[in-house]
Parts: sequence; structure tokens; C-alpha cells
Amino acid sequence: MSDQALSPSAPARVKMPSVPGVVMALALLFILFAALSPGFLTTGNLSNILVQSVILLLLALPMTLIIMTEGLDLSMGAVLTLASLVLALTILSTGSLLLAFAAAVGVGLAFGLLNGWLVSMLSIPPFVATLGTMGAAQGLALLVSDGQSVVGIPRYVRQIYSGDVIGIPNPILIGIGFYALFHVLLYHTRFGTYICALGGNRDALTLAGVKWKRLLISVYMLGGAMAGVAALLMTARMNAGHPTAAIGMEFDAIAAVALGGTSFEKGNGWVLGTLLGVLTVGVLRNGLNLMAVPSSVQVTCIGVLVIFALLLDGMRSKS
Amino acid sequence: MSITDNPTTGASGIHLSKDMQQLVYRLLAAGLLCLALSIASDAFLTSNNILNVLRQASLLFFLASGLTLVILTGGLDLSVGANIGLSACMAATAIKATGSPVLGTLAGLATGLLIGLCNGLMVAKLRIPSFIATYGMLWVLHGITYYYMAGESIHGFPPEFRQIGSGYFLGIPIPIYLMVVFLLAGTFFAQRTVWGQQIYAIGANPVAARLTGIPVDRRLILVYAFSGAMAGVASIVFLARLNSAEGDIGETMTLPAIAAVLIGGASLFGGIGSVFGTFIGALILTLVLNGMNLLAVNASWQPLVTGAIVIFAVWLDMYGRKKA
Repeated sequence: MSDQALSPSAPARVKMPSVPGVVMALALLFILFAALSPGFLTTGNLSNILVQSVILLLLALPMTLIIMTEGLDLSMGAVLTLASLVLALTILSTGSLLLAFAAAVGVGLAFGLLNGWLVSMLSIPPFVATLGTMGAAQGLALLVSDGQSVVGIPRYVRQIYSGDVIGIPNPILIGIGFYALFHVLLYHTRFGTYICALGGNRDALTLAGVKWKRLLISVYMLGGAMAGVAALLMTARMNAGHPTAAIGMEFDAIAAVALGGTSFEKGNGWVLGTLLGVLTVGVLRNGLNLMAVPSSVQVTCIGVLVIFALLLDGMRSKS
Repeated sequence: MSITDNPTTGASGIHLSKDMQQLVYRLLAAGLLCLALSIASDAFLTSNNILNVLRQASLLFFLASGLTLVILTGGLDLSVGANIGLSACMAATAIKATGSPVLGTLAGLATGLLIGLCNGLMVAKLRIPSFIATYGMLWVLHGITYYYMAGESIHGFPPEFRQIGSGYFLGIPIPIYLMVVFLLAGTFFAQRTVWGQQIYAIGANPVAARLTGIPVDRRLILVYAFSGAMAGVASIVFLARLNSAEGDIGETMTLPAIAAVLIGGASLFGGIGSVFGTFIGALILTLVLNGMNLLAVNASWQPLVTGAIVIFAVWLDMYGRKKA
């Protein structure tokens, strides 16, 4: 643990990467795909990229905070899947979207609480704790759905994803809203400052009399809740719940955060970087889709990109 | 290097009696499980089922024994399951192309080794945290395997190859013999060779290990390469047993392998654990899953139970440390 002091009165001093590598990566990929595939640089496609990136953004934002606490949440994709199934099943049995949404967020919160409790109270390393809960969530997803898709969701649910307000698609508005929320949360509240300190200097928090264990639990609960929100968009997009829908999506989220320059050590994080990281993953997937590259290869490309980003991260922290 | 000479001051020597105690507890747990299962189900105590449990445990053990060394250094290899997938598909391709089981086996082992080597280089040379590096590797491997197989499967291998997975010698399945060989070799390597003791030392205190002149980077690369190669071994036995290679083969085996190592008493923080402990861990986990099968519990419960066991095992380790 580094012993650098972090003054609570100056959260803006959180270190930002001096050379935003993610901007270069995004620009390079953008130019590359614009040159390679004619369908890329159209208004329709660009708006498509934004809309499709929103679910990932909803996961990547809380993942940024979790990684800033020197943590990790590998269960997010599985929890999102489970929440989406619970949402679909609840809406089928009760007909109430509000109740279903509450149930989905509730599932997320419960898993977040479990993750946070395991990590902070039992001091279990986060990647193992959340690997275990990932198994649990995957098993539950198969159990509640019996391995089948849940279909027959009322049509109006789809509106949430495909509707728009004065021409701006709903998902983009939701994405902007949550981005603003997380920006304010991290940079303009005491909570955000504490999060930086959780990764940077936990001892200082203890000395300052902050109950950091509760704080850490709340960070993981925030991640779970956001997985519940993402489940609403996911279910609305597919108009169904599917037991393997978002398996592995936590990898895209971790990739986006890593690309965005948030460090896995020392509590250095950057919400704007995460947004750019999400867009980079979105542009990469969209461009490869247009070039008819199979989804499996896209995953490989993202993996390579992440390793590259981590290399840069390592070189940056050395200098 | 005096670590092996003087058992009272060596990194593993201090914990020797405690280690033995832990092993006895785990053996007792396995015994109690057997007792409970034989009461709960008539089908448990049949020689067929016992051999079946051992054969399933052997597959898990191959994977988990390599992983044990990685965890002993304080690292983690999340790519072992995906490694099985690619290695099995490469082995299957080589067998189909050349008709030679030997070349196929070599192709599978080489693929596993190569993947492990990449992991080792990322961790030792590029200093990427092991769980992130191998997690990235997991998805890279999935991508390559799925693309390569394109949803197809390769099946139908020569009978002499299938012997490795489904053959018998003196009434006992061949994988069980292989397990015993690897158990003995692994235990000897970890406990009785300088390299093995250096691996313990790296996990117990990496800084001290570096200062005493242990080539830490090379040993780290070695353990990841070994873990990869053992995934290759598992892929060969798995392939020979299934007689068919598909892209998602082995995908669900990472969590059980980690569970086996942790139940076996290894600490995620490195320096504590043994190959024999992992063997017992693999046995306990297989008994639990086998018992659930015999009691007709829905298979969807298996990842849930495995996940809970992983967390419980780590908690036990943490709890033991706090008390000490």
C-alpha cells in the first residue's frame, strides 16, 4: 500500500494519466474502421454504437469505482443475467414493470451486499470472492429459468430501449444521466473522496475515523444495483430473458475500465477515461461486426487490447 | 540453498506439523463425506461408483495440480479451463490430420505449455497482476477456440488413443494410474527438489526470495508453463474419454479446479499448500458433486455449490491466519 496522503478537501487532485492512451486508441480504431468499412461512418451507425454501448457503460461506471478500491467484480455479467431473468419472470407473473424492476435491482443489491461482505468483512480477495459469487449467480440463473429463455414479455417494455425523447434514443439519455451521476459522485462528494482513499490509503481512512468496511460494501452494492438497472435495458432490448445473455460481459466492462486508464493499484481512477474506454470497446465491436468478424474473434481482440493497456499502465506507473 | 536441509527454519518447515494437522482434518472430512454418502445412497459404495469418482477426480487433479504450484507462488491461473478447450481442439486436429495419437498428444501438450508460457511471461516479465493477465488470456483463448472450431466438433479417434481416457488396466481405469504418477512426481518436485522449495519461498516472501538469489522470474514462468502443460494433460485425457472435441470443452472446469486447490489447504497468499492436499481437495469436491448426482440434485446447483465451497475454503484460510 502506498503511503501517499490524499487530502479530502481536494478530490480534483486525483491523478489523471498524463497521456490519455485511450483517446489515441479510440481515434486510431475510428480512423481504421472509417477507412476499411463504408458503412461505419454513417449517422445511423454512429448512433447505433452509442446506443449499444450504454449497457456496457452502466456496468463499467461502478466497475471503475470497484477497481479504484483495489477490488474487482467478476460476478457482474452473471448477476446481470440473473437480474434480467428475475425481471422477466416477475413481469410475467405480476404484470407490473415497476415491481419487476425493483426485483431486478434487489437481486443486484443482494449480490453486491454478498460480494462486499465477503471482501470487507471476511477479507477474501475480491477476484476470488466474486469468482465464487459468479458461479452462484450462474447456477441460480439456470435454476430459475430451467435453462430456457423467458419469453412473452409485454411489448411496451421494448419501448424503454427503442423509444426516444425529442429524437434522442432513451438508452443514450439513460447513459448520460448515469455518467453525470457517477461523475458527481466521484469528484464532488465525500463518498468519492473516500473511494479514492480506499485504494490509495486505507490506513488513513481508519485514522480519520471512517468506517471503511461499510463504505466498501456500499461500493459493491452500487455495482450490483447498476447490474439490475442494466438488466432492465438488456431485457427490453431482447424482449426476453436468456440464461446466458450477459455471461462474460464483466470482461468488456473490466476491459473498458482498464483501457480508460484506471489503475488496478493505488486508487487512481478516471470516469471520463472509462466512458472513452466503453466507446473504444463499442467502436471495436461495431467495426468488427461490420467487417463480419465473428464475435469470438472480437473477444480475442479486446483481450489483446486490454493486455496492451495494462502494459501502458505498468510503464506509466514506473515512470 | 539450505531450505531443504533444515526443516525447522525452512519456509515450509515451520508449517510442517500444522500442515500435517490440516491434511488429517481434510482426510477426515473426505471420510465423513464417504460415510454420509454411503448411508444416503445405496449406489455410492459400489466398486463402479468408487472407480467413477476416482476417474472424475483424476481429471480435476491434473488441472488442479498445476494450478497448485501457481497458487503456491501467490498467483492465480484463471485460464486453465479455456486452455483445455484450445489444447483439446489442437490435439484432435493433429490426430485427424496425421492419424497418429502420439503426435496428437504432443500437439495438445505443446499448446497447453505454450499458453502457460505466455501467462508466465505476462506475469513475470510484464508484471501484470496474475488474475488479470490470465483472465484476459481466458477470453483470448475462448475467442481463438470458438473461431477455430466454428461451432463444429471433431470426433472419432483411434481406439489406442481413447485408451488413455476410457481404458482399463487390471480393472482400474488408466486415468487413475496417471493421477498416481502425477501425484508422486508433483509431491517429489514440490517437497524434495530445490526448485520446488524455491517456489514455496517465492510465495512465502517474494522480496526475501529475490534477495536470497532465487531467480524469481524464471521460477514464475516455470510454474505458469507447468500449469499450462497440466491443462494440456487434462485436455488429452478428457478428449480420449469424450471421444469428441468441441469449443466449449473444459469451460466449466476452472472454478472446480480452483476449488480443489483451496479445499486442499493452499493459501491464495502463497507459500502454503501441497500437491497431496490438492489431491484430497479434488477428491472431496468430486465426492460432493458425485453425491449430488446420486441424490438426483439438479445439475444447475453444481456451480452454485462449487462457488460457495471456494469462498468457504478461502474464509477458512483467512480465519486460520487471524487466529494464528
